[in-house]
Amino acid sequence: MYDINRPESAVTQKDIKIQARKVQVYYGDKHALKDVDVDILDKTVTAFIGPSGCGKSTFLRCINRMNDTIPIARVEGEILLDGEDVYDRRVDPVQLRAKVGMVFQKPNPFPKSIYDNVAYGPRIHGLARNRAELDAIVERALRGAALWNEVKDRLQEPGTGLSGGQQQRLCIARAVATSPEVLLMDEPCSALDPIATAQVEELIEELRSQFSVVIVTHSMQQAARVSQKTAFFHLGNLVEYGDTDDIFTKPKDSRTEAYISGRIG
Amino acid sequence: MTDMPLSPAASVPDRKPASLLEQDARTKARNAAEKRFRLYGVAAIAISMIALVVLLATILTGGAGAFRQTYLNIPVALDAAVLDPKGNRDPAEIAKVLTLSYGKVLDAAVEATVARHGIQIEGLSEKDIDNLISKEASAQVRNRVLANPDLIGQTVEFDVLTGGRIDGFFKGRVTMDSAARDSNTSPQQLQLAQELADRGEIVTRFNWNFLTNADASDQRPEAAGVGVAILGSFYMMLVVLVLAVPIGVAASIYLEEFAPKNRITDIIEVNISNLAAVPSIVFGILGLAAFINFAGLPQSAPIVGGLVLTLMTLPRIIIPTRAALKAVPPSIRDAALGVGASKMQSVFHHVLPLATPGILTGMILGLAQALGETAPLLLIGMVAFIRDYPAGLPSGLFDPASALPVQVYNWTQRSDPAFIERASGAIIVLLIFLLCMNVLAIWLRRKFERRW
Repeated sequence: MYDINRPESAVTQKDIKIQARKVQVYYGDKHALKDVDVDILDKTVTAFIGPSGCGKSTFLRCINRMNDTIPIARVEGEILLDGEDVYDRRVDPVQLRAKVGMVFQKPNPFPKSIYDNVAYGPRIHGLARNRAELDAIVERALRGAALWNEVKDRLQEPGTGLSGGQQQRLCIARAVATSPEVLLMDEPCSALDPIATAQVEELIEELRSQFSVVIVTHSMQQAARVSQKTAFFHLGNLVEYGDTDDIFTKPKDSRTEAYISGRIG
Repeated sequence: MTDMPLSPAASVPDRKPASLLEQDARTKARNAAEKRFRLYGVAAIAISMIALVVLLATILTGGAGAFRQTYLNIPVALDAAVLDPKGNRDPAEIAKVLTLSYGKVLDAAVEATVARHGIQIEGLSEKDIDNLISKEASAQVRNRVLANPDLIGQTVEFDVLTGGRIDGFFKGRVTMDSAARDSNTSPQQLQLAQELADRGEIVTRFNWNFLTNADASDQRPEAAGVGVAILGSFYMMLVVLVLAVPIGVAASIYLEEFAPKNRITDIIEVNISNLAAVPSIVFGILGLAAFINFAGLPQSAPIVGGLVLTLMTLPRIIIPTRAALKAVPPSIRDAALGVGASKMQSVFHHVLPLATPGILTGMILGLAQALGETAPLLLIGMVAFIRDYPAGLPSGLFDPASALPVQVYNWTQRSDPAFIERASGAIIVLLIFLLCMNVLAIWLRRKFERRW
């Protein structure tokens, strides 16, 4: 039995990038996230949807341990990245975050030049041995974020001087520059206009070829447009997880149906 | 029908269709209130400006005189028989001759000058003539001779300090009327001074000595300067800068960014706020007990003053530094952590540069406050009368010195009105330093803020 099962599990393991098992999050006494089990696939866009305060951002921030910065937050259960528990005591969150990049709700470029914004990650992780290599990484990241043509002539200008959509793509470029394996996006388009949103969505589709993307969004249309897998959170519970098409066309849970048809949330 | 009072039409009183061209009573009252408030503001600013102008005018008119000094230009015959009795030009022997002997030489020189100009004034006594020059003049000449013994036997031109009353006469502080009632001068003496000034022998020049000289005794205000006080203040600021700034900034960064938020840090926070409010004289007592009585550091030394001011300044640096760190948006920290920076990297690469203008401002204002602090220095003996310069760094830190605000306090205690002028002059020096520091703070803030 054991011998026969093993190759099968190896195959499935290969496709699963992140495996969450019985994840509980407490903010002080508040039980914010209850028993979340989810398998996030590699090279796939996974969308987390749900009403405000449902715990989707909380779960996202657990994956790269950004919740560590909140003193009262406590996480239980395990989140396996490539089979390794990110909450293991031996894991240095700094090393983890180099592998799991993050893009935030509000564009937050550093008040430095565009070049330095993108080059910061590679610099602190020692990804480039010399200036030429760093230049190449910056260019690749900015091209990857579909920003290169707009900023190539003004790399030394402050990143804060860009428009909102450009700033958010700069933040994506900054996250991409460290060659992460997973990219977490916490409502990346909520501060953007429809045109910038369309650009970022297009970008997400391209990024999927390189790594697994997890996106939290309030917009169900956006989830339907960009994701292959969707997870619906409600009141701290993961209600339903499955293929995006299934979730939006034939939801199994009545709460999911109520949410996507606009009756709750 | 009973529902009628609740219906909207009935609950809102009938309002006549009012013209926009005339204001109704409510608008009028509101506008009047706003106008009154603006008026209060203007009045408050006007009062403070008037107070400031009066303050500055008083100090400037009182202290400007300290920066000008009258000198009497006289040829002094340095009589070898008096100044070098053994005649061997041995510096050791010359050094044994006291200022008393130089005084006699100078008296003769002044009398000769008066005689040369043929000034005749009725009732002018020999004492009046001799007192034309400062008691400090003999020391002035003696120092020159000790520095260059070859001068002995020659007749050398000296610009010697005039006496305090004569100096005051040319600055308008002493008048003929006041001189008549003054045992230290007489109208005849002033007349003589005027005659000499008319002949170009008494000149008024910018008083560099005020900025370089040490304090002088009660009898010779004309020789007193703030040199030692400036040096003492400088050494103390150096100690504060070297100790309070790094400790304060490091403590703030730790408390704000790294320390766990728990009961202990809460207590520390409350204590820091309390320390900032502790009267400065209490720090003086602490310094006296801890640094002088317990640690055995020398009294009146800038090192002790600097340590006391460091204790006093620390909370005043920590509080604005923490505020500056707190003002950095958390999204910047998230961004840095999100790309895999460590806590330390996120603080030193991103948070600290953004907080720099606030930190620098707090730091400089803290230093400025320390520079103007008097009370704790009184307790650790920085009130001492310091005649000689403290030695240079680093031993200067352990030599007795004074401090600018203490020097001001000291001079206002003296009886001679000439010291009021000196005190005001010292205040001007202090204010110029404070002004420079505040301008520097504003400039630094502007310089670092542009990238925000």
